[in-house]
Amino acid sequence: MAGGAPGGASKSEIYKGNGPRLLLPAWIFIGVFLVAPVAIMAIYSFLTKEFRGGVIWEFTLAAYDQFFLDRGLFGDEPPSIEWTYIGIFWRSIWQAGLATVLCLLIGFPTAWFIATRDVKERSVWLFLITVPYWVNLLIRTVSMKFLIRDTGPLNELLLALGVIDTPLALVNTNFAVQLGLFYSYLPFMVLPIYAAVERYDFSMSEAAADLYASSWATLRLVILPVVKPGIVAGCILVFVPSLGAFLAPDLLGGAKTFMIGSLIEEQFKGAAGNWPFGAAASMILLTIVMGVLLVHARAQTKGER
Amino acid sequence: MAKPVDLRRFTGFRAITWLCLFVLYAPLVIVAIYSFNDSTSITRWGGFSLKWYVDVFTGPEAPKFRDAAINSFTIAIGAAVCATLIATAAAVAMNRAGRFRGKTASLALINLPLMVPEIVTAVASLVFFITIGFKTGLLTIFIAHIVFCIPFAYLPISARMQSVPDTYEQAAMDLYATPWEAFRLVLLPLMVPGILSGFLLAFIISLDDFLITNFVKGAGVETLPTAIFGSVKQGIKPNIMAISTLLLGVSVVFVTLSWIIGRAGQSKR
Amino acid sequence: MKTFLTTSVLALSLATGASAEGKLSLYHWFEYIPQELLDKFAAEYDVEVTMDTFDSNEALLAALKAGKMGSYDLAVPGDYMVKIMGDEGMLDTFEPSELSNFGNIEDRWLDVDFDPGRKSSIPYQWGSTSFSVNKEVYDGPLDSLSLIFEPPAELKGKINVLDTSGETLTLASLYLGIPQCSSDREQLKQLNALVQGAKADWASFGSDVAKDVLVSGDAAAGMIWSGFSAKARAEGAPIEYVFPKEGMIVWMDNVVLLKDAPNRDNALKFMDFLLEPENAAAVTNYAQYTAGVKGVEEFLDPEVANSPESNPPADAKGVFVEACAQDVQEMYDAIWTNLKK
Repeated sequence: MAGGAPGGASKSEIYKGNGPRLLLPAWIFIGVFLVAPVAIMAIYSFLTKEFRGGVIWEFTLAAYDQFFLDRGLFGDEPPSIEWTYIGIFWRSIWQAGLATVLCLLIGFPTAWFIATRDVKERSVWLFLITVPYWVNLLIRTVSMKFLIRDTGPLNELLLALGVIDTPLALVNTNFAVQLGLFYSYLPFMVLPIYAAVERYDFSMSEAAADLYASSWATLRLVILPVVKPGIVAGCILVFVPSLGAFLAPDLLGGAKTFMIGSLIEEQFKGAAGNWPFGAAASMILLTIVMGVLLVHARAQTKGER
Repeated sequence: MAKPVDLRRFTGFRAITWLCLFVLYAPLVIVAIYSFNDSTSITRWGGFSLKWYVDVFTGPEAPKFRDAAINSFTIAIGAAVCATLIATAAAVAMNRAGRFRGKTASLALINLPLMVPEIVTAVASLVFFITIGFKTGLLTIFIAHIVFCIPFAYLPISARMQSVPDTYEQAAMDLYATPWEAFRLVLLPLMVPGILSGFLLAFIISLDDFLITNFVKGAGVETLPTAIFGSVKQGIKPNIMAISTLLLGVSVVFVTLSWIIGRAGQSKR
Repeated sequence: MKTFLTTSVLALSLATGASAEGKLSLYHWFEYIPQELLDKFAAEYDVEVTMDTFDSNEALLAALKAGKMGSYDLAVPGDYMVKIMGDEGMLDTFEPSELSNFGNIEDRWLDVDFDPGRKSSIPYQWGSTSFSVNKEVYDGPLDSLSLIFEPPAELKGKINVLDTSGETLTLASLYLGIPQCSSDREQLKQLNALVQGAKADWASFGSDVAKDVLVSGDAAAGMIWSGFSAKARAEGAPIEYVFPKEGMIVWMDNVVLLKDAPNRDNALKFMDFLLEPENAAAVTNYAQYTAGVKGVEEFLDPEVANSPESNPPADAKGVFVEACAQDVQEMYDAIWTNLKK
């Protein structure tokens, strides 16, 4: 995820003294239009909701209370743990995790295969993998929906071939959401793993083979530890956007079950109109994602030492 | 010493790669094929026809999609230009200005838009504009796009700058060039491939965005993704497939461009 | 840097700058008003018309609350939403004398309880919300909401439901025979249990897709608005719109003048334009609902005027959706969220 120079790699001092000045535009833009908004959203999560959208500037923990505590349909039962929203988050995490595993299972062999071609062939394969990544995500999701709908080409084909008698009901299922997430973010998995494998020194495999390691043992014990940073980067690049995904659940899942993205959207654009709650759910999502990234960063700096 | 097996090869990996490409391309190819379908029923094939492409440019929804396309491309070009400028300045600071206070924090800040989930950015931007009383419109989309385009422009630019040694600039400054001259006359020309890749990536990312745009867009303002989303929510129509195929074409052109630029950059190394 | 920013901003404002004399900004239901009618108005009055669309009364309210007030001149809320928006102070008022065609309003739609005396709104179109069933999939009797809430085997897993709590929970209440805006615990628990149980038999939630899923066959039954169902039938869906014995929802959409409308004069011109029988009929011919304006008959397509969807049997029962008080509404919201979790 982190690109660019990790502190030490940039020793050049040609424009010494100009650093802060050159960074000012980036600080202003991201500071004013991202950091400040997130801070305001954090404040919103502690405000009182206004009926049908909006906030009243009185501080309260009501939004978080609603998220974590169940006080019954009528709000007067003794509080117990509210599983509704934790459940929505859990399902989102599960879906995103499954999509990540699927992407890894397909993405790793692909990245490996491409990275071990000779240079000319490699760039063609890479080109082929990159094209879909540049195609509009919405269009890709819509295309997938068209392909797998009850009366879509896939079902027509299977019916014509006599593989099935009645169309497979694929759209509006969790499976469809899975497929959508997998399809959306697969290139994110391939590219960083490819970069890691490309740098892999194959004399290490030779050494392992000389010591009578089977090829699978080599893969598991020699190669995987070396290319692990690429795999971890790929997993993060798939997991994080999947977690907050909106298009796949909305278009492929039939808006039937909330995922985090649609739960939050509903608070601002739908009937619920509970802004503080939407802000609180966003804060919780942000905390989870930042937690994952922090653990990753820690592990990385430890590995570098 | 003879190698008994090819250490680079694992059985099945080639097949999986083909599967991977198949999964990635099948839906796009099928939609492209059906966009040439003569029939109004979108799943039955009724012969080859360009009528849906004609419909895109002259049909009842043509003005809507034309305006959306103009908005999308204006915003994408504007946001990509601004993001590229900001990212280039930042890359110089991070790679060529030695050590200074706040450098590590700056790197984190530049990458922040990549780390914050899109839905969170969308909500935060919306409540921000509401709180400061800034009316949503084209300008709010533009600002939001610049922000999330910065890291995408920064990645290739910074990577390129790291691979260009600073000896040429050193030499220029030894010959009494000012830092600005060294940058403009020496570094910048060497940086062209990186800057172009950064611009293209930012451009395509801006063109791609739906979620954030959908939250911060104002009355009467649509971009291509929001217009297409509004339309497909009512069902996938053949004209949407034609638009999708056209956009697919645009993406292919851009990725080819960036590929060529990338290769040019490599050969100059 | 600075110059670049200014030029980009300039270019952006140029890209949207309009040349027409005036502007008019509408917030309207989707697939409802024909583009030709907007073009006609634009040409007659030299006004540039822009329109955004929404797919539920709640989405309209949410968007206006989230910073869009002051951007639109006119919106098209349903009856109960007019009341809510009025209570929220979102509506501007006008005098009947400001509309030369005010007298064209049908008498029964003149003094309505959601806007007594029509101070902020004019009637637009009215119709009903119920559901339609694909007769090729199910050939049993079509007379009860049980087909949606306790569906027969043929329809299980093939039902689309409107993605809006107001209409969906009201239909569920009608099926159970409990009053709207009930605060009775037993009744609310019953309602919650009904929709929870039915959810497993529903394929999808969607309002804007309601027509398409019936036409494409992705759904065999679906909650839908009367005119939208008629359009689905016209597009080849083998469906019948059901008038359930438990009752259905009747609604009237209204054109309201929004507070802080940037083009109030053009907004009133457009309202006047919509009260012309010919123009009201054009909307009816397109959306297939019923106009609330006198004298439209001669301009209507006979097929639309006589459609079964717009001409319910004499004994059909219909109720308007009610706007609930905050504490009650919150319980309905909880049921809805609980349903979609």
